[in-house]
Amino acid sequence: MRKQRRIALMVAVLFAVGVLLSACGQADQAGGGEDKLKVGLVFDVGGRGDLSFNDMAYEGLNRAAEEFGDRIEVKYLEPTGGGENREELLRMLAEEGYDLIFGVGFLFTEHIQKVAAEFPDTHFALIDGYIADLTEDSNVVCLLFKEHEGSFLVGAAAALATETNKIGFVGGMQIPLIERFEAGYHAGAKYINPDIEVLVDYIGTTSEAFKDPFKGKELAMAQYDAGADIVYHASGASGTGVFEAAVAKDKLAIGVDADQSLTASEEQRPHILTSMLKRVDVAVYNIIAAEVKGEYKGGYHIFGLADDGVGYAVNEYNEAMIEPYKAKLEELKQKIISGEIVVPVNNAELEQFLQDLGS
Amino acid sequence: MIGGEMLASAIRMTIPILLTALGAIHAERSGIVNIGLEGMMIVGSFWAAFGAYHYGPLAGLLFGIMAGGALALVHAAATVTFRVDHIVSGVALNIIAYGTTRFASLSIFDRATTSPHVQSLPAIDIPVLDRLPLIAPLASNVSPVVILTFALVFLTRWVLSETTFGLRLRAVGENPQAADTLGVNVFAMRYAGVIISGLFAGLAGAYLAVEHTGMYVEGMTQGKGFIALAAMIFGNWGPIGAMGASLLFGLSEALALRQVVEFIPYEFFKMLPYVLTIIVVGGIVQRSRPPAAVGTSYERGE
Repeated sequence: MRKQRRIALMVAVLFAVGVLLSACGQADQAGGGEDKLKVGLVFDVGGRGDLSFNDMAYEGLNRAAEEFGDRIEVKYLEPTGGGENREELLRMLAEEGYDLIFGVGFLFTEHIQKVAAEFPDTHFALIDGYIADLTEDSNVVCLLFKEHEGSFLVGAAAALATETNKIGFVGGMQIPLIERFEAGYHAGAKYINPDIEVLVDYIGTTSEAFKDPFKGKELAMAQYDAGADIVYHASGASGTGVFEAAVAKDKLAIGVDADQSLTASEEQRPHILTSMLKRVDVAVYNIIAAEVKGEYKGGYHIFGLADDGVGYAVNEYNEAMIEPYKAKLEELKQKIISGEIVVPVNNAELEQFLQDLGS
Repeated sequence: MIGGEMLASAIRMTIPILLTALGAIHAERSGIVNIGLEGMMIVGSFWAAFGAYHYGPLAGLLFGIMAGGALALVHAAATVTFRVDHIVSGVALNIIAYGTTRFASLSIFDRATTSPHVQSLPAIDIPVLDRLPLIAPLASNVSPVVILTFALVFLTRWVLSETTFGLRLRAVGENPQAADTLGVNVFAMRYAGVIISGLFAGLAGAYLAVEHTGMYVEGMTQGKGFIALAAMIFGNWGPIGAMGASLLFGLSEALALRQVVEFIPYEFFKMLPYVLTIIVVGGIVQRSRPPAAVGTSYERGE
């Protein structure tokens, strides 16, 4: 009897822990001021310090704060571990009278849609999420990126640099957004070398997958063991694990969103071939700048190769590694911009793309 | 294909579960249920990253161990001295662990969920073994904590079955009244059992942060503290059994990550540790025999 009671309790406890973990972290910046423009930002899973997606958004916010110093007041919040209180945080900022509120990540899509309807005089910006039927007069702007285009280039770089003809991809949460990275990468690699093999793994099917470096490392280790010598990750904070695996196996990895060579540790740096840049910082900064000038417009902003919204990273650490392939990558970049190469955005399009390559 | 690399991965998965299970054995054998082990792993992982960031990996491990022990001291005080329900205290500690690490992370690193990158201990290549073809992946590039963990399994077994301390620890878990009559300090023994469990769980968390991942990430323990309790029950409250159970859990986790069999979907392997846990905790595999007085508080009669 007692044992059964204990088991029941254990189960109840597990649930209780899940439900009760709802403290929220927050941090204030800058002092108050009456007529200052107030900009709020809520981070995605992985949060500040993921050295990737969220840190890019933070950088944009920071740059705006420095530049418009006395004219704006910024505040950022991090949701709970599972992100259950995203909507609550957005609403809190809106109620506190923030003029422009960012939701960093596609997970905010429905929450922004809801909160924006409740606060028609507040401006919102959604990164990576798509809300249909927006116009210039809407109070929501969607900031979208052509991640597949940037991924195509790093896929090509991997195909040029591989010695085993096998490369890997470690995705975070398996969703269409991350599949865009995969499809582009795959297409880029096959474009260079049709015989190349691409190993694909996803860390999980929940947003936790973006902050699980433990699994990130193990998946990358498995891919290296299977013969891959370059692994590209699109997994937020989990990517640190991929870099750790590259160090442990003495192989190469490709970073994502930010130029990750810059933030990597000394021992990781030589193992980062390049990073797929996604200039979330530029997007965030631009919207704040527009708001400051009173030129905020609703609708959509789509950042691609053509306007340097995505790309591949060259820095002092990887210069020597990437140099031999730069000419080819630039050529491909021009072809994508001109429309000669249309990069697939999902697996169905990828198959078509590969068929066309073969013919 | 189950190769050496796959086993090496399984062992890496096993370590945090096994360490925590060894800790749990100490607590339960002394009669105290410690469901707060998850929380002790959490504080262990965070403070280990903190220590490693400032003073190097070895200090990091020590910080993690001490943090786990400190939280366990609270559990011991609550359950032994103040006779709080063990489950209630454990749950409270899990929540406290989560909240305080987030708070500490924000105040120290200015980020809620991650720490900066930290150094690991230098990995070891075990001589001779790392040249043998099949075992090579298991014996090369091994974290010293892995070796320590397996040593601790046998040390725990020796302490529990061969030493006076072990005998007394088991005695207060089986029949505290009898032990007390014979002059064993029940309270001291139970404090010791719980604090040791915290030290182990702290080391498990430290291993995750410092040795495996090279940073602290919120939620990196992923319920391993609870899986460890299952491993302890599976292993029938003994260190060797717990090692077997932990290896099984580690192996199924590794299988889930490395799709070894084409026609079995990986989701199946992913589910395996949890299904195993249910089967085990449900007592289907064997009749498990917990210490007779586990979960009860002891009060001295006059």
